[in-house]
Amino acid sequence: MPMKLARTAFAALTILFLVAPLIAILPLAFTSSVILTYPVPSWSLRWFEELFTADAWRRAIVNSLIIGTGTTLLATVLGTAASLGLRNRLLFFRGSMRTLFLLPMVVPAVVLGVGMQVLLAGFGLTNSYAGVIIAHTVVAVPFVVVSVTGALAGIDERVELAAQSLGAPPATVFRRVTLPLAMPGVLSGAVLAFATSLDEVVLTLFVAGPNQRTLARQMFSSIRENISPAIAAAAFLFIAATVVIGLIVVLSRSMLAKRR
Amino acid sequence: MAEFIRFDRITKFYGPLCVVENLDLGIDKGEFVSLLGPSGSGKTTLLMMLAGFEQPTSGNILLDGTAINDVPTHRRDMGVVFQSYALFPHMSVGENVAFPLQMRGMGRAEIEGRVKRALDMVQLSAFADRRPSQLSGGQQQRVALSRALVFEPRVVLMDEPLGALDKQLREQMQLDIRDLHRRLGLTIVFVTHDQSEALTMSDRVAVFNKGKIEQIGTPRQVYDEPATRFVAEFIGETNLVEGVVEAVEGEEATVRLPSGAQIVSAVSGSVSSGQPVFLSIRPERVDLSETRGDARNCLETQVTDSVYQGDHLRVQLQNAAHPLIAKLGRRSREFPPGTRVYAGFSAGDCRVIAP
Ligand SMILES: Nc1ncnc2c1ncn2[C@@H]1O[C@H](COP(=O)(O)OP(=O)(O)OP(=O)(O)O)[C@@H](O)[C@H]1O
Ligand SMILES: [Mg+2]
Repeated sequence: MPMKLARTAFAALTILFLVAPLIAILPLAFTSSVILTYPVPSWSLRWFEELFTADAWRRAIVNSLIIGTGTTLLATVLGTAASLGLRNRLLFFRGSMRTLFLLPMVVPAVVLGVGMQVLLAGFGLTNSYAGVIIAHTVVAVPFVVVSVTGALAGIDERVELAAQSLGAPPATVFRRVTLPLAMPGVLSGAVLAFATSLDEVVLTLFVAGPNQRTLARQMFSSIRENISPAIAAAAFLFIAATVVIGLIVVLSRSMLAKRR
Repeated sequence: MAEFIRFDRITKFYGPLCVVENLDLGIDKGEFVSLLGPSGSGKTTLLMMLAGFEQPTSGNILLDGTAINDVPTHRRDMGVVFQSYALFPHMSVGENVAFPLQMRGMGRAEIEGRVKRALDMVQLSAFADRRPSQLSGGQQQRVALSRALVFEPRVVLMDEPLGALDKQLREQMQLDIRDLHRRLGLTIVFVTHDQSEALTMSDRVAVFNKGKIEQIGTPRQVYDEPATRFVAEFIGETNLVEGVVEAVEGEEATVRLPSGAQIVSAVSGSVSSGQPVFLSIRPERVDLSETRGDARNCLETQVTDSVYQGDHLRVQLQNAAHPLIAKLGRRSREFPPGTRVYAGFSAGDCRVIAP
């Protein structure tokens, strides 16, 4: 019994440790004060108002959505294609190829950022949406690859062979069998890609111009300039968005699972 | 009947491993042929090449007289049933069965009618709206079967389709498939490593060993007239006794056993006198009696053990030089260990096999 109690306590402490920063910042989003400190004098929504009316913040939110959407599309398509390619048993060095796709996960973002800036400058893509989307895609693809590869591994290859034998040409097998079965993985991959883009600061610092300031980037710079509670409000938005996305994933997964 | 499928000197390598070796096999239209053999003997590989999932390293596969090596799977028009069912988990039973018809561009009304008939055929029309995961193994296999038959394919290929089912269901399905084969006049190639399944269902059985066909023939032929030692041992139980040929007369040979006894036996293949050979004697063809009867062949033996096995009595015997097993009908009298008995059998009940 004491063992069980200790275990529960430990779990509770771990969770507290993980969410403590959120607990610290969230109430400040609703402060009426102009500085980001406790105690909260009184409650108000002025900082959310600020977020949606002040030009810099509004543009940052829109930019985040544009870049996040672009990254999600590009990374999901590329990552899914890569995962399909990695399935081929005849591929030489399959293991090493796979590792290569996951590399951006472990390479320090600063290193990637420098490289990316040099590279994009060569193509004249710095300070452009396309450049930021490409940069974000590089770090988002590994998440898609991991997620889709997992889903593909769960597909019985003989189901696809059966489809062929029943008269389906390869493209139809993909559309009617492989893709629907891999869909849960593709969806989680897409969500992870979006979250990655939303969260990305380092690469954005290197490749984005003043017109591509994302929400994360804007928070980062405003922290140095003036510590206004707008940051807390932005953080609240972030968390709310994440929770919503998480719910969407869980729901769509259970819906897909039910269809089986 | 015209030959419908022909494997013409088919060889298949996986890397350095030769899985099918220079194999020739012809199958007639409407025929039910089983590929029977131990694990790893290349049965599945041969079936996969016929379906177009694998390419032969060399040799041709002919269907109705034309080579189909370059025809992709989806244009071969063959229904395939896998051991693992391979149903589409994201489609309902009805959608599964409709799939091959949609691929053939049929109209909605026609598809509906055909799906219904195909599901009726396997008594599953009540389950059309269910997901495969909501069905039992036997029901899933019946869906797979009706999906493979609904588009009236030219050939139906089955790779151990009943392997995952329990004994009772398996035997029921064996009879069902055999019945469908007769009713619809299907050409079926059926892979199994269960010899009784192969004997029950097939018109002909091809016995595989290490990528080659050891023997092909009717169930009766492969059981009663095994051509090789492998076939004799793989199909059913048998007594294998070494001996030397003394004389050959037509279809019969006289063989001298190490104990000195002489046996007259039917011959598979060609043997000549002086040649060391094996005799295959089926245990259920051996009769035991305490007096030297009038059987053509008679061995003096002693009972070492006798086991009652419900439908038969299994008696282990020891002759001067070799053991022998006899299976007696359940009406037979008991033979307690130590009894001296004569084991008798006719020339047609044993077989000379060249080693
Ligand atoms: N894709 C493959 N790559 C390499 N070797 C393979 C492949 N498929 C089969 N083999 C090998 O080929 C040999 C024959 O395999 P096959 O599946 O045809 O045997 P089988 O007769 O169907 O056996 P079982 O009764 O166990 O199903 C085996 O030794 C197997 O390891
Ligand atoms: Mg097999």
